[in-house]
Amino acid sequence: MNRPAEIVAPPGRSLWSDAWRVLRRNRAAMTALLLLATMTLLVIVGPWLSAFSFDATDWDRISEPPSLASGHWFGTDALGRDLFVRTLYGGRISLLVGAVATAVSLLIGISYGAIAGYVGGRVDQVMMRIVDILYALPFMFLVILLMVLFGRNIVLIFFAIGAINWLDMARIVRGQAMSLRSKEYVEAARAGGVRTGRIIFRHIVPNLLGVVIVYATLTVPQVILVESFLSFLGLGVQEPMTSWGALVNEGAQELENAPWMLLFPATWLALTLFCFNFVGDGLRDALDPRDRQG
Amino acid sequence: MSESLLEVTGLGVRFGTPDGEVSAVQDLNFEVSAGECLGIVGESGSGKSQSVLSLLGLLADNGRASGCAHFGGRDLLALSAAELAAVRGAQIAMVFQDPMTALNPYLSIGSQMSLVLRRHEQLSPRAARDRCTEMLTSVNISDAANRLDSFPHELSGGQRQRVMIAAALLCRPRLLIADEPTTALDVTVQAQILALISQLREQFDTAVLLITHDLGVVAGHCDRVLVMEQGQRRDYGGVKEIFTTPAHDYTRRLLAAVPRIDAPGRQALPDTVDELLAVQDLSVSFRLPPLRWPGRARELRAVDDISFALAAGETLGVVGESGCGKSTLARAVLRLVPPGAGRVSLLGRELLPLQGESLRAARRDLQVVFQDPLASLDPRMTVRDIVAEPLESFQPELDRDSVTARVAELLGRVGLEAAHLNRYPHEFSGGQSQRIGIARALICAPKLVICDEAVSALDVSVQAQIIDLLLDLQQELGLALIFIAHDLAVVRQISHRVLVMYLGRAVELAAANELYERPRHPYTRALLQAVPIPDPDLERGRERQLLSGDVPSPLQPPSGCAFRTRCSFADARCAAERPVLHELHGGLVACHRAEEI
Amino acid sequence: MAAPQNQPVLRFAVQRLLGAIPTLLVLIALAFFLIRLAPGGPFDSEKQLPPEIETKLRAAYNLDDPLPMQLGRYLLNIAQGDFGPSFQYRDFTVSELIATGFPVSLRLGSLAMAIALLLGITAGTLAALRQNRPADYTIMGAAMTGISIPNFVLAPLLVLVFAVWLGWLPAGGLGDGSLRYLVLPVIALALPQVAYIARLTRGSMIEVLRSPFIRTARAQGLATHTIILRHALKPALLPVVSYLGPALAAIITGSVVVEQIFGVPGLGRFFVQGALNRDYTLVMGVVVFYGSLIIALNFIVDLVYGWLDPRLRQV
Repeated sequence: MNRPAEIVAPPGRSLWSDAWRVLRRNRAAMTALLLLATMTLLVIVGPWLSAFSFDATDWDRISEPPSLASGHWFGTDALGRDLFVRTLYGGRISLLVGAVATAVSLLIGISYGAIAGYVGGRVDQVMMRIVDILYALPFMFLVILLMVLFGRNIVLIFFAIGAINWLDMARIVRGQAMSLRSKEYVEAARAGGVRTGRIIFRHIVPNLLGVVIVYATLTVPQVILVESFLSFLGLGVQEPMTSWGALVNEGAQELENAPWMLLFPATWLALTLFCFNFVGDGLRDALDPRDRQG
Repeated sequence: MSESLLEVTGLGVRFGTPDGEVSAVQDLNFEVSAGECLGIVGESGSGKSQSVLSLLGLLADNGRASGCAHFGGRDLLALSAAELAAVRGAQIAMVFQDPMTALNPYLSIGSQMSLVLRRHEQLSPRAARDRCTEMLTSVNISDAANRLDSFPHELSGGQRQRVMIAAALLCRPRLLIADEPTTALDVTVQAQILALISQLREQFDTAVLLITHDLGVVAGHCDRVLVMEQGQRRDYGGVKEIFTTPAHDYTRRLLAAVPRIDAPGRQALPDTVDELLAVQDLSVSFRLPPLRWPGRARELRAVDDISFALAAGETLGVVGESGCGKSTLARAVLRLVPPGAGRVSLLGRELLPLQGESLRAARRDLQVVFQDPLASLDPRMTVRDIVAEPLESFQPELDRDSVTARVAELLGRVGLEAAHLNRYPHEFSGGQSQRIGIARALICAPKLVICDEAVSALDVSVQAQIIDLLLDLQQELGLALIFIAHDLAVVRQISHRVLVMYLGRAVELAAANELYERPRHPYTRALLQAVPIPDPDLERGRERQLLSGDVPSPLQPPSGCAFRTRCSFADARCAAERPVLHELHGGLVACHRAEEI
Repeated sequence: MAAPQNQPVLRFAVQRLLGAIPTLLVLIALAFFLIRLAPGGPFDSEKQLPPEIETKLRAAYNLDDPLPMQLGRYLLNIAQGDFGPSFQYRDFTVSELIATGFPVSLRLGSLAMAIALLLGITAGTLAALRQNRPADYTIMGAAMTGISIPNFVLAPLLVLVFAVWLGWLPAGGLGDGSLRYLVLPVIALALPQVAYIARLTRGSMIEVLRSPFIRTARAQGLATHTIILRHALKPALLPVVSYLGPALAAIITGSVVVEQIFGVPGLGRFFVQGALNRDYTLVMGVVVFYGSLIIALNFIVDLVYGWLDPRLRQV
């Protein structure tokens, strides 16, 4: 066979590596990413390293302001519990809810949207009509109702929050799937005899991924926000476990005597949301093909 | 020679990018005299648009202009933003390429036009409205007073461009800059718009700066021409001089590359060649949702009763204006749209009843090259994977190395290098991307390739190369081609026979040379007359009958003969009875009055 | 084209009204079954009632009928505008409770929304005009902070700073009803929305300013303010308008918290207390009321959308 002796092909620049370069140049997003990583690490390992336990009461130090000397860096709460450890514990719950509920909403949203978008026709019309109806419901009220009536249960929280957030994802994925389906390169693949499964796997999914990643990053802070909101209303996890929302609520009640009880958890919560939003924005700039030049 | 209106010297345009400064225009000199028409010609990236945008301060934010541009005793490039704004629209006006996007879809055309008058002439709303009505009438828009309340989406493409021109001429500017004003329009509408610009130029005594890539347009409408390439002036002079004795080599190459509608094409193949593809009474309809709810779903007949046959090694050209169904015809043969009525047989095998695996297998002999080279390549796959995909799907038993070798070999055949294998589509130019698309179409050695506007998005010189490549490959591999395009000159170059479509129907089907020299159908004739010829003497001496109006909506085609609403020969029979294709002097034509005409 | 404009609008309105019915039915059914199927009942929280009284009470409220029948009766009643008596506040009907709470919530919410729109659109437009310059970075940095601080965090912080530390404004309640008492709750409700609307406006304004028709307007020599106000604002507002539906829902749920923190006697507390007390009729009443409100507001949003985009009008 007269096969070319050697085919030398220098690697090209894929859209993923281009996106990564754009993201790396975005200082705000990279800082936020670094900060997020640090906070996540701290939240996970911090409580094990601390001398205090999250539910142990220090009767001598009730509502004590922050001090380096006592070791209570963030001070203590009205029950004399160390606020630093409690904040980290709250972070565990908040981040866990953020991750799991986002995964739940992605799972529902992507499958629903992809089916509606790729199948199209009447199925699509019915599925999207259902989404329209659900959009008009005051979901927050239903979730509050759910939490009040069925008790505070972390699994319930995951699913309740995931169930609110999948609607947007479904719409986005459906729109993408529909536009990808009529793209010329998908038509070319069909004309080239490529099987449907392979078209979905090789052409549709990789081109959908960017949008999904961006949207997932922006869903995490929303989910954390909802969980905190529920906790704030006293509907989240149960004492002595805690989450940022619950800590903020406690802080709000002790506002005049112990402002640090509000300030520390509030800062952590806001900082986390801030970082996620920044990373999401950065990813959108990097992955959104509309803004790419050259 | 009359007084000079605009004198540009040493114009340079640079853009700041993250990778450093890029120079788009260098040391450009030209002038425009009062009342004349100067054409600026060049391919994409030649800097022709950027150079005029820079004169009006309309460059993108990262653009910088240098040099001098004297207009009415002032240097435009030295004016403050406010001073320049007072010149724009009042003394120098612009018309852009795509009237659909250049008009604001959220404002009635009356408000958009009035804003200009209220800004430059401080007219009262009522006086402004009267002037707008008057101006719309001058650009031949009927019922102008009521039209002012319409929104752009309620007008046809040609009407929108008329509105753009009317808005530009409102303040009687001394210079009208038209940036590719007809590129987004059908050829029959292009002829109307160009005639209108010429007429208004005299009526309003306005000089025109016409930017275009089309040498035919230049030949017919410009007094003098400036040829640009890579941001530089290549040629500059009177229109006859440029076309007959071009000074620069680039101009000569450009002129040689332009396909001409009056250049003889290929002879028809003898009848003895084996039939490869037979299409019989093919129709495709789309159901559109009802306009209002509840209501009846509307039916759009995109392809209406088309029949033709194609022999091995033959090229059939398919031409027609937008909405004539030529792309749907391609997709129907390829089975990319749900098949309607009729029969399509390839090598004696019926394609329309095929389903699933048998359909997939049949596709091996039938490939496609699309219009937009970039959109037809998956941005996340390497060139190797893109080209290999059909081969891998039809011959999964091949090992990776031999597939790669096959791809590399084919890339070489279409003029690319093996070094490109691991690159991604966005790293290639339009012409290179189209070569990748052709390689993908050829990898399984098909019998028939359908080219759907395959060269329309490319510059003339690249277009010529791709056409040559297709001709070579056809010769070498014995390919049959269906070549779909709106550009009649390109189609003549490559086709043995040509099918003309109008509103989903075939109006004429004949050997290429016969059809171009002796068109039998009034529509074919009008279409051919509307195509400009890149030769000033010929172009200016041509007798033309311009078609009026735009193509009707395919949702509500006229009764009887679809073309009768724009046809000067139409009579009562044309409205009542639908003409069928019948033989006339060796070709097929669908016209009741073809014999008399 | 030249057909009278009000006819399509009327048809659209009727169509939407009919379309709202299934939505409301789904909402009512969801809330109804959620409440009835949950463990516990409305009389659990009180001191042990004598069984015969409880039986009487249950009979009075028709709690022993099969669920579908109860739902049917409930639907019939609300169709006549009757939400029934409250279980908790025995002397009031649910309608009366809503009538006392809603005006307060409405006042807070509409003030906050007005401020959010005004500030958000202005700030977003300014940022778009100064894209990638210091003013843009400042505004967008502030907006990012705004969307990252939820109102239940912002509200206590505002109290801490302006009421506790600085002592400028009252910490809670409506007091004599003067504006001073409204400032903090309205700010707490409005700020996150200002931030969101500013980001939205900036994004869409930048995109609109890049579109070819803006270049046409510039080529016509129009002044910048004419280009922004007459050409760009309408299309740039479209995303903001479609955000208004969810935004109103957010303001309403936000007011649940803000009312709680500032001790404002609005509608939100009825919902939370109602849910905690299992006051079936009150919770149902509030859910149905808010649901209808959101549907009605979405309808208005769609009308505004159609008014902004002429291409949607004839359909």
